[in-house]
Amino acid sequence: MAERTYLQAISDGLREEMRRDERVFVMGEDVGVYGGAFKVTLGFQEEFGPWRVLDMPLSETAIMGGATGAAIMGMRPVAEMQFADFVSCAWDHLVTIAAKQRWRVGTPVPIVLRLPSGGGFSGGPFHSQNPESSFAHIPGLKCVCPATPEDAKGLIVAAIEDPNPVLFFEHKHLYRRIKGEVPDERYVTPIGKARIHQEGEEVTVITWGAMVYTAEEAAKQLPDSSIEIIDLRSVMPWDKEAVLASARKTSKVLVLHEDTRTGGFGGEIAATIAEEAFEDLDAPVRRIAAPDTPVPFSPVLEKAFIPQVDDVVRGLKELIAY
Amino acid sequence: MAIARVAEPSGSLQDVKEWGLDREDLLQIYRNMLITRGVEERGHILYRQGKIPGSFYTGRGNEASAVGVATAMATDDVGTPLHRDMGVHITRGVEPWRIFAQFMGREDGPTHGRDGNMHMADQRLGLIAMVSHLPAMLPVAVGAALAFRIREEKRVAVAWSGEGAMQRGDAHEGMNFAGVRKLPVVFICDNNQWAYSTPTHLEYAVEHLADRAQAYGFDGVVVDGTDVLAVYREAKYAIEKARDGGGPTLIECQTLRMEGHAVHDDAFYVPKELFEKWAEHDPIERYRTWLQQNVDMTDDDENEITVHVKKLLNESLQRAEDSPLPDPSTLLDGVYATPDDLDTPHHK
Repeated sequence: MAERTYLQAISDGLREEMRRDERVFVMGEDVGVYGGAFKVTLGFQEEFGPWRVLDMPLSETAIMGGATGAAIMGMRPVAEMQFADFVSCAWDHLVTIAAKQRWRVGTPVPIVLRLPSGGGFSGGPFHSQNPESSFAHIPGLKCVCPATPEDAKGLIVAAIEDPNPVLFFEHKHLYRRIKGEVPDERYVTPIGKARIHQEGEEVTVITWGAMVYTAEEAAKQLPDSSIEIIDLRSVMPWDKEAVLASARKTSKVLVLHEDTRTGGFGGEIAATIAEEAFEDLDAPVRRIAAPDTPVPFSPVLEKAFIPQVDDVVRGLKELIAY
Repeated sequence: MAIARVAEPSGSLQDVKEWGLDREDLLQIYRNMLITRGVEERGHILYRQGKIPGSFYTGRGNEASAVGVATAMATDDVGTPLHRDMGVHITRGVEPWRIFAQFMGREDGPTHGRDGNMHMADQRLGLIAMVSHLPAMLPVAVGAALAFRIREEKRVAVAWSGEGAMQRGDAHEGMNFAGVRKLPVVFICDNNQWAYSTPTHLEYAVEHLADRAQAYGFDGVVVDGTDVLAVYREAKYAIEKARDGGGPTLIECQTLRMEGHAVHDDAFYVPKELFEKWAEHDPIERYRTWLQQNVDMTDDDENEITVHVKKLLNESLQRAEDSPLPDPSTLLDGVYATPDDLDTPHHK
């Protein structure tokens, strides 16, 4: 075990897979000489050469379409969008081709698409979004959103092993802020299995990504309450059993995400709990999410946009009192 | 001002032999063109009989372009043919009965009824199934070529698009990236002059689309797409050049779409004189004359080929009609791949 940042853990997992499987290669803008905008692939080109760490033209469509063609020919591309927001330029090849090819014609498309996502540092409307629910809605895609360094490594390995297109949402605000013990050896964290971040009896918070830590801070401010925090780890597939089990245990559920509210993945979770655990609930399922606006730039506005610890504390208090 | 090279018409038998085609190859090209047209003509009948759901698309007029390019590909090469490129599937060995089953949404079509028309491919034959968004498959073919380059395999990818699709951004991104990395890919633009109802002068302002190749750092060639041997020669040269590390080529095959965009479209917007003019250049008639003049194709030879094709198509139709409809209970199968799915020729 060694203490690694969330960013180092992603880098470690990716590097180990490239060492063990020569089909794995990296493609993206500035990923080679520069080591990536966030330095996840720093030093990779020296180790693996320019044909396995490809500096791409500013062409998200060619990155995603190229990754699709290479994957169909048996490679294991790990493509990077410099910011998750830019995936809009790659939508067609991801959603129209990669997601549907297995179902349509039996051709698997094993791709990992790395998507640095999330806000909290004045990235503005085009460098801060959390578009996971848009892709969770597309049959054929998987969406992974790790919160801890240990999961970041185990899930990038799982994503590379997976025979499907996997979107790997890595939260930028966790990159260097979050450190933790990470096993040195190779391990695979299964996609679709939630993690109990904190056990509790009174109320459940279902969340993922950076909001896991917002929930944790909120729980600390309510030391007299027993709060369970479920880190979903992936929203497609998502661990319905773990969510329902916790809902049945505590009977009160708060769903928390950084993405905007309407059509956010929290709606799916709340609906499922209502359908399958209604009799077990002692309160309506509560959602806390960003408001339905683009992500603002100015710090004061962004603070009003991203769910804050105080918002979660207020929500938890209301649920506990219900 | 034109920049691309304009290819010469097909030459004598002596020229053709130098490109590596013998008499049997030449007759096989003819057979493949007849099967291509025959499948589509029978598709029209099936459509009128109400046996094809949705609409029905053909590539009449494009037989020489599709068969010519596909004949120039090696067995291990791959391609992304589109809806006017039936001849590619036929030449690569897709059995016509499976195509009829595909048209009718039957279990034995390559997509088992999950997709229709030419949205199909047999990956074992080196073909990757198209999507409706054109030319979205172009960067995918570039990605296949990237895989060959990374693994240092002597294989080539062929990417098809039409003159309409060439106006989209992914054509630019794919060709630019291929040029930057000198990838082993050949771009075929079937310029049939009409993107649905839109004529070329509303699609682009260069003289030839192949002129754009220079902007991407590779060669462009314009070829008469009704001249199967000229198409073959240019495709063969470009494919072998790509295989030898010489990078991409953009080949513009000039044809006319001889029917509407699909069966629901009577192409009223295409001037009658244009149809009449291009009917005189029918690719199959043109090649038939060449064979008669250059390889002494006799009436007996021709009769044998025609009878064989007719028999093949009749049997194929029957076999396709006998194919069951897909089972709705299988709808949810295969949305996600399993590790077993990776056990395909290309994933090894």
